[in-house]
Amino acid sequence: MEYTILILILPFLSFLILGLAGMRMKNSVAGAIGTASLTGVALLSYLTAFHYFTGGRTAAGTFPTLMPYNFEWLPFTADLHINMGILLDPISIMMLVVISTVSLMVHIYSFGYMKGEKGFQRYYAFLSLFTMSMLGLVVATNIFQMYVFWELVGVSSYLLIGFYYTKKEAIAASKKAFIVTRFADLGFLIGILIYGYYAETFSFTPAASALVAAGTMIPLALGLMFVGGAGKSAMFPLHIWLPDAMEGPTPVSALIHAATMVVAGVYLVARMFPLFIGYAPEVLHWTAYIGAFTAFYAASVACVQSDIKRVLAFSTISQIGFMIVALGVCTSMNPHEGGLGYMASMFHLFTHAMFKALLFLGAGCIIHAVHSNEMSAMGGLRKYMPVTHITFLIACLAISGIWPFSGFFSKDEILTACFRFSPVMGWIMTGIAAMTAFYMFRLYYGIFWGTENKTLHAAHTPHEAPLTMTFPLLFLAAVTCVAGFIPFGNLISSNGEAYTIHLDMQVATTSIIIALLSIGLATWMYAGPKQPVADKLAHTFSRLHTAAYHRFYMDEVWMFFTKKIIFRCISTPIAWWDRHVIDQFFNFTAWSTHATADEIRDMQSGNVQQYSIWFLAGALILTLILLV
Amino acid sequence: MVHMEYYLVVSTFMMFAGIYGFFTRRNLLAMLISVELILNSVDINFAVFNRYLFPNELEGVFFALFAIGVSAAETAVAIAIIINIYRNIRNIQVKNLNEMKN
Amino acid sequence: MTLQLIVFIVLALFIAVCSVLAVTTSRILRAATYLLFVLFGTAGIYFQLNYSFLGAVQLLIYAGGITVLYVFSILLTSSQGDKSERLKNGKMVAGVVSTLAGLGICLFVMLKNEFLPSHFTPGELHVQTIGHTLMGMGKYQYVLPFEVISILLLACIVGGIMIARKR
Repeated sequence: MEYTILILILPFLSFLILGLAGMRMKNSVAGAIGTASLTGVALLSYLTAFHYFTGGRTAAGTFPTLMPYNFEWLPFTADLHINMGILLDPISIMMLVVISTVSLMVHIYSFGYMKGEKGFQRYYAFLSLFTMSMLGLVVATNIFQMYVFWELVGVSSYLLIGFYYTKKEAIAASKKAFIVTRFADLGFLIGILIYGYYAETFSFTPAASALVAAGTMIPLALGLMFVGGAGKSAMFPLHIWLPDAMEGPTPVSALIHAATMVVAGVYLVARMFPLFIGYAPEVLHWTAYIGAFTAFYAASVACVQSDIKRVLAFSTISQIGFMIVALGVCTSMNPHEGGLGYMASMFHLFTHAMFKALLFLGAGCIIHAVHSNEMSAMGGLRKYMPVTHITFLIACLAISGIWPFSGFFSKDEILTACFRFSPVMGWIMTGIAAMTAFYMFRLYYGIFWGTENKTLHAAHTPHEAPLTMTFPLLFLAAVTCVAGFIPFGNLISSNGEAYTIHLDMQVATTSIIIALLSIGLATWMYAGPKQPVADKLAHTFSRLHTAAYHRFYMDEVWMFFTKKIIFRCISTPIAWWDRHVIDQFFNFTAWSTHATADEIRDMQSGNVQQYSIWFLAGALILTLILLV
Repeated sequence: MVHMEYYLVVSTFMMFAGIYGFFTRRNLLAMLISVELILNSVDINFAVFNRYLFPNELEGVFFALFAIGVSAAETAVAIAIIINIYRNIRNIQVKNLNEMKN
Repeated sequence: MTLQLIVFIVLALFIAVCSVLAVTTSRILRAATYLLFVLFGTAGIYFQLNYSFLGAVQLLIYAGGITVLYVFSILLTSSQGDKSERLKNGKMVAGVVSTLAGLGICLFVMLKNEFLPSHFTPGELHVQTIGHTLMGMGKYQYVLPFEVISILLLACIVGGIMIARKR
């Protein structure tokens, strides 16, 4: 498995080459370099996965945890040191496959989407940097290496959101994303430090005795780490950056803000899962409640948004909520007794990455065709863009949970896990799944059916995207169609043993029926050329509609919190103190030095006669003193 | 008899006349003349101490001799400098020597 | 009142008056002349102390060499500024006060001190002795300072030429 180091080195090299020499290359050469390195990474990831999963199990029936590389980077004490290395276990390999696949698709797609853009080479350099950081994050051998790459991921996300750096909204969005996630990462860092102090290691497998001795500090540390994860994974109330992050290029949204980076929080919880189960089950359940609320909140906002990327962004938040819930409802390591959610969450992570990337890339094709994000500029596009239409429909069916598409299987496992935890949670999540189906089909009908914006389309006839853009769509659609039949439980489960997925028919039937009802409702409301029911509803509940459209004023709440409370109560006094005490103190020292110098500079006249008078006076005084 | 103090009083008087001149003269050459007075008074003291206190030694005399030599050298260099200054600013008044100041 | 004392008093008055005039006269050439008189007086004191060689050196180097140098340089640099301008009162007062204070303190210290010998035994210092001492290499002999002084004078000659020559 030593070749796995290439998975990190290849994208890093391509980042260096493109970043340093990119400006002298042709666009196509730069793109080819990036894509070629990513192709290598993807092939290596598949090879790793193949070797790993066919390499046989250990005696305990689990897959072995391999560390091909693990060298000491920062030694602190004899016990405490930070390592850098590569950790291979089922979830990290699954993430390698997901990231390299989606990243490769995005690289290919960007050939068409970013064609002729200024800064094409820079774009590819940043994509490579992001891919390297994300891969480094998932193969981290310890929590601190994870943190290092975690921040690198944040930086590349910042750079890519602000790719159109001449656009005011993009700058604001990139800053917002960076600051919000950085703020959350503060919690992560504190958590890591507490963890390192009490567990006496940064690795994922500390000694049980140290954890027991630490008492309540371990749940605290894990909770703080989850704060960092919540920031990256856009959990309520730290989700505010993700909708704005849609200002970046659409392929970037597909890669970073739908498939890979935003699930880092889920991955973090999954990585720390044994500790959560063993020492902090309450914290784990709290994450479930947060995830459930986030899922509901985001789904309700997604129902009324008019910007298609915003709808997808809120859909992403909602789906990540699902994954967090699935992890949070686990009660034991045994997949047969309450550990099912772990597998379900990872499964959903996998399928969601594929179909959400597909949705975003499809949205990119649509935006490419009509040059607008607003649904009002769309409608009736199915005639113009058949490939996009079909693949988008497949993705919508998958996310709604319709058999036989991949989303059905993973979502079904999540719902089963929730019902096992408590029926209330199960029904809530089923309801949210129904909302998912509703808003996705509202989106679908709004784009491809409904009233065509004839004036706009007459001026600029929409056209199907080029092959570089449709090929990723077709590939991901194919994956979405078959991914559900992967025996996922055999590969990944909470305790590592093989677990055969068997559908809970009751749950499956219920969820399919509810999903179909929601789709039907959406069809009834939005499929026609006019939407009298929707308009009437919006009119009747105008207040609710406006509130949801404005995302329930969460941005305003944060603005109030930061501007009115933090700025006014904390920053202003600090600024006052800084300006009037600290600055003035130094001003005073400068002033007094200057004034003193001004006063005594006449003594240094350069006049030897004056000096000699002083000299004589001094000598006389000394003589007098000696005499007396 | 001439007491030793008498000589010393004379040399002290000469010395402070030189000091006064050094303080108050505004002409470089005049200042140099004052310095010569100071040096000269010290030479007298050397000779007097030697003669009265250590009549069998010769330190004072030789110090006076060397001091005369050194002062000759000093005067030569100083006058060279003063002439150079005069060549540059046509003037040897102390108050005008502020070219390097500021 | 011996003859010696009379001679001394005359010399002392001469020196005192001339040195005061040398630093107070407003004409620089007169100052140089008064300096010459002071140097003559000093030579007289050396003669009175029976240091004829020292007195001769004083006359030769100081009165003969240096004063001539002064006069030449005064003539070379004389301009309208050869008359010293009036001083500011403050500086004048500072100079006078510090000088008088210094003089007072020094005289006080000197006169308070009891110097044991009140006279000296006359006896000429032979030039031969001076020569041996100056050139000898033993204890209390001065060949090394002599050489150092000669090098210093050489350096002064070079330096004086370097500084004063026209570029």
